[in-house]
Amino acid sequence: MDWLQRFLTSTIGLKVIMAVSGLVLVGFVIGHMLGNLQIFLEFVEEGMGREALNQYGALLKGNKLLLWGTRVTLLVAVAAHIYSACVLTLRARAARPANYKQHKWLSGSYAVRTMRWGGVILLAFIVYHLLHLTVGSEVTPSIEHCKVVGDGLQCPIFDNVVQGFRQPGVVLFYVIAQLALGFHLAHGIWSLFRTLGLGNPRFDGIIKKIAVGTAAAVTLGNVAIPVSVLVGLVGGAV
Amino acid sequence: MSIELKSHAPDGPIETSWDRHRQAIRVVNPANKRKYTVIVVGTGLAGASAAATMAELGYNVLNFCFQDSPRRAHSIAAQGGINAAKNYQNDGDSIWRLFYDTVKGGDFRSRESNVYRLAQVSVNIIDQAVAQGVPFAREYGGLLANRSFGGALVSRTFYARGQTGQQLLLGAYQAHARMVHEGKVKMFPRTEMLDLVVRDGQARGIIVRDLVSGELRRYAADAVVLATGGYGNIFYLSTNAMGCNVTATWRAAKRGALFANPCYTQIHPTCIPVSGEYQSKLTLMSESLRNDGRVWVPQDPNDCWDQAAGKVGRDPAKIPDSERDYYLERRYPTFGNLVPRDVASRAAKTACDEGRGVAYNGRGVYLDFRDAIERLGKDGVSARYGNLFEMYQRITGDNPYETPMRIYPATHYTMGGLWVDYNLQSNLPGLFVIGEANFSDHGANRLGASALMQGLADGYFVLPYTIGHYLAEVGARPLDTNSAEFSQAETTVQDRINKLLSIKGKRSVDSFHRELGLLIWDYCGMARNKEGLQEAMDKVPALREEFWGNVSVPGSGASLNQSLEKAMRVADFLEFAEIKLLDAFTREESCGGHFRNEHQTEEGEARRNDEEFCHVAAWEFTGVGNKPNLHKEELSFEYVPPTQRSYK
Amino acid sequence: MNLTLKIWRQQGPDAPGELVTYSVNDVNEDMSFLEMLDVLNESLEVKGEEPIAFESDCREGICGACGCMINGQPHGHKDRTTTCQLHMREFRDGETVVIEPFRAEAFPVLKDLIVDRSSFDRIIQSGGYISVRTGSAPDAHAVQVNKQDADEAFDKAACIGCGACVAACPNAAAMLFTGAKVMHLGNLPQGQVERYERVGAMVAKMDEEGFGHCSNAGECAVACPKGIDLRAIARMNKDLLLSQLKLRSK
Repeated sequence: MDWLQRFLTSTIGLKVIMAVSGLVLVGFVIGHMLGNLQIFLEFVEEGMGREALNQYGALLKGNKLLLWGTRVTLLVAVAAHIYSACVLTLRARAARPANYKQHKWLSGSYAVRTMRWGGVILLAFIVYHLLHLTVGSEVTPSIEHCKVVGDGLQCPIFDNVVQGFRQPGVVLFYVIAQLALGFHLAHGIWSLFRTLGLGNPRFDGIIKKIAVGTAAAVTLGNVAIPVSVLVGLVGGAV
Repeated sequence: MSIELKSHAPDGPIETSWDRHRQAIRVVNPANKRKYTVIVVGTGLAGASAAATMAELGYNVLNFCFQDSPRRAHSIAAQGGINAAKNYQNDGDSIWRLFYDTVKGGDFRSRESNVYRLAQVSVNIIDQAVAQGVPFAREYGGLLANRSFGGALVSRTFYARGQTGQQLLLGAYQAHARMVHEGKVKMFPRTEMLDLVVRDGQARGIIVRDLVSGELRRYAADAVVLATGGYGNIFYLSTNAMGCNVTATWRAAKRGALFANPCYTQIHPTCIPVSGEYQSKLTLMSESLRNDGRVWVPQDPNDCWDQAAGKVGRDPAKIPDSERDYYLERRYPTFGNLVPRDVASRAAKTACDEGRGVAYNGRGVYLDFRDAIERLGKDGVSARYGNLFEMYQRITGDNPYETPMRIYPATHYTMGGLWVDYNLQSNLPGLFVIGEANFSDHGANRLGASALMQGLADGYFVLPYTIGHYLAEVGARPLDTNSAEFSQAETTVQDRINKLLSIKGKRSVDSFHRELGLLIWDYCGMARNKEGLQEAMDKVPALREEFWGNVSVPGSGASLNQSLEKAMRVADFLEFAEIKLLDAFTREESCGGHFRNEHQTEEGEARRNDEEFCHVAAWEFTGVGNKPNLHKEELSFEYVPPTQRSYK
Repeated sequence: MNLTLKIWRQQGPDAPGELVTYSVNDVNEDMSFLEMLDVLNESLEVKGEEPIAFESDCREGICGACGCMINGQPHGHKDRTTTCQLHMREFRDGETVVIEPFRAEAFPVLKDLIVDRSSFDRIIQSGGYISVRTGSAPDAHAVQVNKQDADEAFDKAACIGCGACVAACPNAAAMLFTGAKVMHLGNLPQGQVERYERVGAMVAKMDEEGFGHCSNAGECAVACPKGIDLRAIARMNKDLLLSQLKLRSK
């Protein structure tokens, strides 16, 4: 197993860890967004979005294997992503101990330059998001819309979301975080293909489009939910 | 000293000379090779290939270069290509034809046996380079491409865009890196050789200066190989790199090695002209430009360079054909713009001497692509020369698609060097000299794409065999750096350094170098004559004296000190200049790159004097300022009978 | 033109350094940047002051010896140009120019603008070659090489080892340099035999020398005077990944 350790501790190996864990997280983010967008079925018929979202939540939570399988995978991915980022950042600092008196970026886009700080914002957001809507839903339920199932409370997600997003401060933080996510994805998706060895110039343009397109779609989709709730387009009845 | 110059070339048919020689010379038992240490100075094509190959054979190699990395040696800047008698184009090339062309091109001043061997091993070089991963140009079928170069009648030049030297050097550098990895080559970058240590008449070591710490160090070996390039920087302005110098070979000459044909220098006709006093070096533009560019100067001197105004009198694009002098086409109707390098260079000088130059100081002629653009279209010209045009524009700020290029000749290569025999050994046993540093296989003039060939032939395929003979003869000996010879050599170097640092004069090192360069360029450049050479010989000692009394070398010897490095090199050029001038003065004929105004045909071509000067002139140092002793190696041409060149 | 130069002066590897201000007058626009420094240096030398130490050799953009940060960019602001090929017509009269050495842990400053780039040599020595003994090569036409592969190999082989990529990289990585050699040799049939051992050895050496990682910022490719593109890095990543599958050593 020496070879594996050698590989995974090399700068490229660490980047591969970052790319693979990033790929898992990208998949999750897309799936997460698509699931949540079911809320907009409310526009088709009132109550339809509520029903779909609640059923979707129940489905996820009902299957313990799926739930914990996903949770562990995500936890490992996030941990690996952060670990490789920290190790590489420390190595990069050591690789240039003295900074330039004058330095000019040549091509690095805003996305590139904000990968590290953007990542930190995202981490803070993830913690908040979990406390807010995952842990929060079970620890501090609003009794009116929760019902007792077995010996625990089950809270419909729809009401949780709507109540959560009626506070402007919260929505603002969500929007900022989603913008950070967008930049992070735009560079991250492009970068992970390169890290995994795809460099053929034929695909360069396609990959760039996929990266920016995905980032834009995820940002827009994720921003739409809290904003719609805040302005009363969705969940007015709750 | 009585020295008899024996070439040690085998008698008998030249086709089998090298095979018979290899059969006859001694070889070192494989198990014994590790008992020998060889010093190689220089890491260009010759040095890197020799170091790598000898290390592969099992010798311990100590390799030195003054640059920060072995990859930076100036071979890297060679553009055009490398010749090899592969006959891949099926156009009638052969070892014989390459041999013939090289002897003739050298104006019958090279040693036939060496040249034949060079042509023979040329084919192995290409094989070797391809196997190393050198990315030569290829055709769509995946086979190697060739081009005709330097007026050759066959296409035998292999190339890698305009960076053939770089690619071949990196190939050798990588082979060398592999042997560093194996521990058989010990590499010392930023380390400059400053003296040769001779013991009992044999080369046994060198004194070097660590250019970072300033420390002097001694290294002993069973043999010393110099691959330190040519002396073109004596002109101050040349196409050589800033660091190219004569120091290693000159210090060896001061220790008894003979310096051969120092008057032979090659001037390249298509360089970018000087643009001002500050100019530090000259840049070569590929000779291929003359295939489509037309060379001219204005007929009316008022249209030419006006030094006071700092520009030409009339925009060249506005000068009609009737007022232009296409002097190469006029004087050489058959070859036109494609006459050989030396002829084109002298013609440019003549035009400028007549006051019709078009660049700074009246030193430049037009190379015009107007007609080529008309004929081929801008895209057609760009496809052929786009990268050269871009380079030209970057340096000069002029756009050659719109205004004619300006070119002027510059020193490019030196055919002279330390005298060596067929084994590439100098007259000092144990001192081997390869590549441009030896007096070489090019006679009085080198053909295009032959320098890379010779450097690699020496390093890969000749020296590694012939050095074995010497080593087997002398046997492995203890390496001792404590002998009196080492101490004496180190003291000599240290004294020289101390002296330079103590002068604290008023003039910069470069100002002396510039003055010396101009003197040599004016009197021992493209064309020479007796009076001029005499005048230069009178002036050099005075300049040298002023240098040693008035040069300013700040800083200390015990640290990185670039002024000191330069001063040491210029001090050597100032000594070497005298034998160069004397050699040019003594050689009362014109041949190849050595053109004496007194010796020309009615057509203005070089006129050789085969009765008196069909020899190698090898000079023995007898003290600074003293007249050196001349030793001659007579040359005989059994296979290629001497003829007179004509390009009318 | 007249310029104000702020140049990094540092006596030795362990000495502290600082930016020192010089004014240069009557700069000719046809001068190269290094000739402008030559003129300044000559004026210092005749005053008995130590000139600014900087490196250069061929001065035609191919040896890779020159290189410093000019106004925050390796080799200055002109595209695909080494410091020696940068000319003063690219600057404005009255401009202030900041000149610093390339900075990286693996490129320690020796003096003023001179850095030690021998780490690059050690990366090549770790495996950046094809093992072929002199004399053992088959005929050059024994193997045909696809022209596209040969041309791409050349593009990567054009690296001059100047270190601009490291200097520009926010992580001081040598990925472009190392990747260029990996791709040059890996693109040719002759280089296949050692392809996977080579990439592992070179990456390990690159890490050991203290270079950083690639964050695909692309700074190196813009700074590269020879136009080597990021594909070299992707190719090295791919080869390193593949090598984990191909190699059988533990």
